[in-house]
Amino acid sequence: MSSLSSSPVDISDIVALEGVTKRFPGIVANDSIGLSIRPGEVHVLLGENGAGKSTLIGMLSGLQQPDEGRILVDGKPTPITSPRHALALGIGTVFQHMMLVPTLTVAENLLLGGPWWQRPRTEELEARVAEITRSLGITVKLHARVSELSLGEQQQVEILRAMVRNSRLLILDESTSMLTPKGIDELGALMRRLVEQGLAIVFITHKLREAAAFGDRISVLKLGRKVGEIPPERFRALGEQEIISEIVELMFGKQKDDPEAVERSAHAVDAQAAPLLKVTDLTVAPTDNAPGLSSISFDIRPGEILGIAGIDGNGQKQLAEALAGQRVATGGSVRLEGAAIETLSVGERRQRGLRYLTDDRLGEGTVGTFPVSINFFLKQVGAAPFWRGGVEQRAEIDKRAAELVREYDVRTPSLKTPVARLSGGNIQKVLLARELAEGAKVVIFNKPTYGLDLANTLASRQRIRDTAARGLAVLLISTDLEELLSMCDRIAVIANGALVGTVDNADDARTRVGRLMIGLAA
Amino acid sequence: MTGLFSEVFLSALLFGAVTAAIPLLLAGLGEQMSEKAGVLNIGIEGMMLAGAYLGFVGAFYSGSLWLGFLTGAAGGMAVALIMALLCVRIGLNQIVIGIALTLGLEGLTALLHHFQFSRSYPRLPAADATVIPLLSDIPVIGPAFFKHHLIVYLAVALVFAMGYLYRRTQLGLNLQAAGDKPAALDVAGIDVIRTRTIAVLSTGALAGLGGAYLANVGAGLFIPFITNGAGFLGIVLAMLARGRPVWVLFGALLFGVCLSLTTAMQVAGINIPTDVIQMLPFLAVMIMLVLFGRRASLPAALGIPYERGAR
Repeated sequence: MSSLSSSPVDISDIVALEGVTKRFPGIVANDSIGLSIRPGEVHVLLGENGAGKSTLIGMLSGLQQPDEGRILVDGKPTPITSPRHALALGIGTVFQHMMLVPTLTVAENLLLGGPWWQRPRTEELEARVAEITRSLGITVKLHARVSELSLGEQQQVEILRAMVRNSRLLILDESTSMLTPKGIDELGALMRRLVEQGLAIVFITHKLREAAAFGDRISVLKLGRKVGEIPPERFRALGEQEIISEIVELMFGKQKDDPEAVERSAHAVDAQAAPLLKVTDLTVAPTDNAPGLSSISFDIRPGEILGIAGIDGNGQKQLAEALAGQRVATGGSVRLEGAAIETLSVGERRQRGLRYLTDDRLGEGTVGTFPVSINFFLKQVGAAPFWRGGVEQRAEIDKRAAELVREYDVRTPSLKTPVARLSGGNIQKVLLARELAEGAKVVIFNKPTYGLDLANTLASRQRIRDTAARGLAVLLISTDLEELLSMCDRIAVIANGALVGTVDNADDARTRVGRLMIGLAA
Repeated sequence: MTGLFSEVFLSALLFGAVTAAIPLLLAGLGEQMSEKAGVLNIGIEGMMLAGAYLGFVGAFYSGSLWLGFLTGAAGGMAVALIMALLCVRIGLNQIVIGIALTLGLEGLTALLHHFQFSRSYPRLPAADATVIPLLSDIPVIGPAFFKHHLIVYLAVALVFAMGYLYRRTQLGLNLQAAGDKPAALDVAGIDVIRTRTIAVLSTGALAGLGGAYLANVGAGLFIPFITNGAGFLGIVLAMLARGRPVWVLFGALLFGVCLSLTTAMQVAGINIPTDVIQMLPFLAVMIMLVLFGRRASLPAALGIPYERGAR
């Protein structure tokens, strides 16, 4: 059975969490979470981005403190006050972002943390490493510089470090995200050997296949809450397909009392109409820290909302920026009302009616220190009627800004207030007002409700629906599946910079999109 | 050519070069330590000035050069403590605080000197030289390198001690990790703030010692802004040396020769305006930056205050 309440504390737990809550300004990252972590078990924490997995790890590894609830180590309530304390308690963490010093050798990295007055005990370390690597069947180049190692090798070094320090609990945070498929299998085998030696492992992932393949116990997190747990007995009793469908239900299932739930009012999109936006084989080269796009094709008709679903960081931002002209496309065509625009500049595309609402509202969307009024016209600086002969027409700007403030219900003390002082929801309204202004034909929304409170979320969604109802084409990029299901006509799923499938938003869309998102066929 | 290449001229030039190089060497070694740990220490000029003034006062009233070195190092450390509190612990901007400390100490030491000595500039007796037997008899090189105050030899020995510290000790590892990837050091259980504080305080002590040498041995007196940019040259040396103490030594000697040319050419009676010659070290800095500056690899987290959990 899957229990929603926190599990009762068991004597055999190495570490247990009871009602742990952690808040950050504006969000509850962890909401009364209970977990029990036992030796000899791989405990998988499964959840999407923003589910609260990393915050949980931060608290277990001593980087953050819970606001409420307690952490028990060996059955005793123990506040974990610092990373050093976590290590002393036998909790070793392999973070999502590598925590090795690239300029030092592997051996030096393993020695880091010893008492500073001592000479590094290299010989002792070598003997210890030889013993551990033999029992785990891995090889580690002790005298290679870390910057020369592959990511997989670096990860083995981090696991090795936890072992050298006699960790009893090993936490692996999104450890497969940067590994090759072969590397992932090796990691799985390594975890199995480690738990057989009596270690406890917490394995964090958002990939369902890995959870099913490597786990003994699975806890599913969603928006900071633990929504279910599959204990080992049940895990063994079920077949892989049954486990997967159960997890899909936990992760993507509709909750009954969801306040955001709005029945999508079916509106007919004229299937015969010529597409307003037609994208063919759009390709972007990958960069060091961002995936590229590989031949993305889709089209959007007037009045249609096309959703882009996917785990964050799979090329959503690149797609939006390539369409808006902010990122150089290496191939493909983008046609707006039949005319090719892929060679046009950002400004020209905007002029033609292609509008982009960025997800980076303060960094990219607005100039925080500028007044609200100017931020409405940031993309028209220098253009009449708000600027004449290079001179700002204050009266003209304020008049129009006041209209927009009223029309879009921007709650601001005055037109002169620096926009950064407004709440996220009101900044979003400023952006909406700016981008939906005269001449918009196609609008790209990138995570339009991310970080907003409920009232503003609902208002933004209504604004997007109205936009489509006016006959504009809408591309809605979101990591929130509920949002896409409640708004879109069709939903495409992006993974690793490619669209892996497009689904009509019919009754079975939830399951089909959910399966595409976690790497299964729809 | 009245003996431009005479033995006397050359040995005087080199002797002056070593004397001028020692403050640069100490400042460079100190700055190197801060930078290794991720702190860009622009306040080092101020630390040198504090060391020069307090070092001079200590030596003047006690009559002991060694006590002067001690008070000088303590003065540098006191300024470094302010830097450590503001920039390492509270995480304020290192460049702004560094400049403020330098300008502040420039004024403060001049003011204190004025209160203490009015408009007079009392001198210390010339420093005793420790003459190294045999080696000092070598023509030119002997008098240039082996007839200095004991602290000069100790400073050179320090270069190798620092090399050992960085390569072979736990503290050396911690320092480098604090500058290259402080988060990794933190999760390894070592306090980043403490490690960086140790580095900044050591920088202060070394810079203060350098300042004290400058006043007590180099000049024999204190005048306002006596350091005349030596701390800033130390920053350049640390950046060019890429973490290696020996390179700081070579760089300091090179700059020392440039500085020493100023006096040596006057001694030799060569008629070049002194202002032109005084530009030499800074010209050398620019040439070296053009030649080697591109390849200077600085620690990844240099100048970035560490905050746990920040991304």
